[in-house]
Amino acid sequence: MNLRRIMLIAVPYLWLVALFLVPFLIVVKISLSTTAIAIPPYSPTFDLAQGWAGFKDFLSQLSFDNFTFLTQDDLYWKAYLSSLQIAALSTLFTLIVAYPIAYGMARVPDEWRPTLLMLIILPFWTSFLIRVYAWMGILADEGLLNQFLMWLGVISKPLHIMNTPKAVYIGIVYTYLPFMILPIYAALDKMDESLNEAAIDLGASRLSAFWLVTLPMSRPGVIAGCFLVFIPALGEYVIPQLLGGSKTLMIGKVLWDEFFSNRDWPVASAVAVVLLVILIVPIVLFQRNQQKQQEAES
Amino acid sequence: MAQAKPQIVFDPWNDPKAKPLIQCRSITKRFGDFTAIDNIDLNIYEKEFFALLGPSGCGKTTLMRMLAGFETPTEGKITIDGQDVAQVPPNKRAVNMMFQSYALFPHLSVWENIAFGLKREGASKERIEERVAEMLRLTRLEKFARRKPHQISGGQRQRVALARSLAKAPKLLLLDEPLGALDKKLRQDTQFELMDIQERTGTTFVIVTHDQEEAMTVASRVAVMNAGVIMQIATPADIYEQPNSVYVADFIGDVNIIEGNASVDKSGPEGAVSIAYAEGQDPVHAVATTPVTEGARVFYAIRPEKITVSHKPDPDRANHAFGKIIDIAYLGNISTYRVELASGKVISATMTNARRLERRAFTWEDEVWLSWTRTAGIVLTN
Ligand SMILES: Nc1ncnc2c1ncn2[C@@H]1O[C@H](COP(=O)(O)OP(=O)(O)OP(=O)(O)O)[C@@H](O)[C@H]1O
Ligand SMILES: [Mg+2]
Repeated sequence: MNLRRIMLIAVPYLWLVALFLVPFLIVVKISLSTTAIAIPPYSPTFDLAQGWAGFKDFLSQLSFDNFTFLTQDDLYWKAYLSSLQIAALSTLFTLIVAYPIAYGMARVPDEWRPTLLMLIILPFWTSFLIRVYAWMGILADEGLLNQFLMWLGVISKPLHIMNTPKAVYIGIVYTYLPFMILPIYAALDKMDESLNEAAIDLGASRLSAFWLVTLPMSRPGVIAGCFLVFIPALGEYVIPQLLGGSKTLMIGKVLWDEFFSNRDWPVASAVAVVLLVILIVPIVLFQRNQQKQQEAES
Repeated sequence: MAQAKPQIVFDPWNDPKAKPLIQCRSITKRFGDFTAIDNIDLNIYEKEFFALLGPSGCGKTTLMRMLAGFETPTEGKITIDGQDVAQVPPNKRAVNMMFQSYALFPHLSVWENIAFGLKREGASKERIEERVAEMLRLTRLEKFARRKPHQISGGQRQRVALARSLAKAPKLLLLDEPLGALDKKLRQDTQFELMDIQERTGTTFVIVTHDQEEAMTVASRVAVMNAGVIMQIATPADIYEQPNSVYVADFIGDVNIIEGNASVDKSGPEGAVSIAYAEGQDPVHAVATTPVTEGARVFYAIRPEKITVSHKPDPDRANHAFGKIIDIAYLGNISTYRVELASGKVISATMTNARRLERRAFTWEDEVWLSWTRTAGIVLTN
């Protein structure tokens, strides 16, 4: 009836089906398979040539063994928990660093803002890997930071940051900072300064005006920023791999090891499926938040 | 039985002993090299209802913001209740402001918005409940107490802003165009409500308005501003009847301005002048309140309702002019006739419509006489 509308809606859905749902179903399927010394390294493989009987045979070979295995080896749930902790804490740190920056940006004179925004986005113009490697140079025992602090005389022995979770926190905060700043800035920028003045006029101190008006007004931005940092940080691989050393346990690294060191695709897929399930909870919450905000604005 | 209403004259501005609540001394406010307020002196007395009137951008909001404490004057001194307020932050001033943009807190309900100020001063729960309920009743918002500002109409939002600024019963209340978004009926009701509140609480009001009728209705005194300068401060009646400049006369209500050369009229009463404004036209006979030098360029301002339109010149009035009706604006209770004189000058005259429309005495193209008395208009020199 309304072809145009259907087509318009169809495009994103087709996109999602082709680039998300189909690969995801393949991963689910692999997670239900068993390892094999073959190419691809799992069985059963689906063979259309054998028809219906072949399909039934195929189904009967699938099992949840890999998922059961994940619960038996404490490496996995420890990695999940540690990832959740690192993601949650680094989200909090990012928020603490980002809020004052966003607040300052929203309060400076208009002519400064494009420059500041530019500066926030600028790091994206160089490769992510190069930036993480740069942090290795900064944080290493004989790195720039330690040299600088020793030169200042603040410390006499180098701080051991590299290859500890601290380096991972620093890396995540640094990498995801813009994702936190921008939504908070957008929320604060939209806020009418006279709201603050009204609060002060009605007897609030500057601090309580911030607490009672500015902060609640920026809440949608804070929530959006937290999700934008938390979700990718949870599955982060590069940062813990390069900065965290062997002692930092994160699920992204486990996933990599299963796939490429152990070549155990089915277990790796199971790890990925569970990770996605864990991520779905915050993603759904994020969606709900966005929706509520849109309703409030319309 | 009808009784004369006891008239208590309220005019502290005429009493040299009266202490003004607000005193602005040579206030100047500059934004960069732009002067928004230019050397203003202003006294506002307790219990006054003071109206600021002026075109957009003349500095009304800026003046209010200085009183509230959100801007500091570049020069000059403001005292409130005898205290220099330069060092008093806005949250410590017994002044509340209703913002032109309302500035309602979007994340709080109507009820919480109104309660905001009371909570800040640490009022008890019962007191807050009671006071908010009273404000809601006053602004007829009881039904909307639980709604968020984005769920109510523009006029309702304005009333919330009003209620919020009234809730703390401040000593001085600054209202920046408080009634602009209301329809006429509600606006009139709210105006009377404001006057009533003012009478009951003794709060001093400073109100900004674009609506001169509103200023006339509510204000004890009116200040007419233009480009950062106060042109005149006077009671509404004086502003209307005794404007001190062409600008004020023109800004308040309709007025005919006749420009001409004055000569002292010796035959007339004291101060009488004749103003020659066009060749072949009888000069205007007027009375100048301030001495006018012979031959000076003056402006004669006369309100349309002070001129009568008739088929014959009215012998009881000193001034007559003959012309042709070029336009009639029918406004229901009154009609405004635009009459072109032989010199081409167009004069407006307003007559009440005592008769039905189809029976009215004049129509387009009619040749008529305009008559007005010697004291009907006023002579202005600037
Ligand atoms: N913060 C500011 N920086 C620069 N100029 C300003 C600032 N605030 C006001 N102005 C200027 O000062 C002048 C007076 O502004 P103000 O807001 O007081 O006008 P207003 O009389 O309230 O007008 P309106 O009736 O439209 O509300 C305007 O020309 C305005 O552009
Ligand atoms: Mg204004």
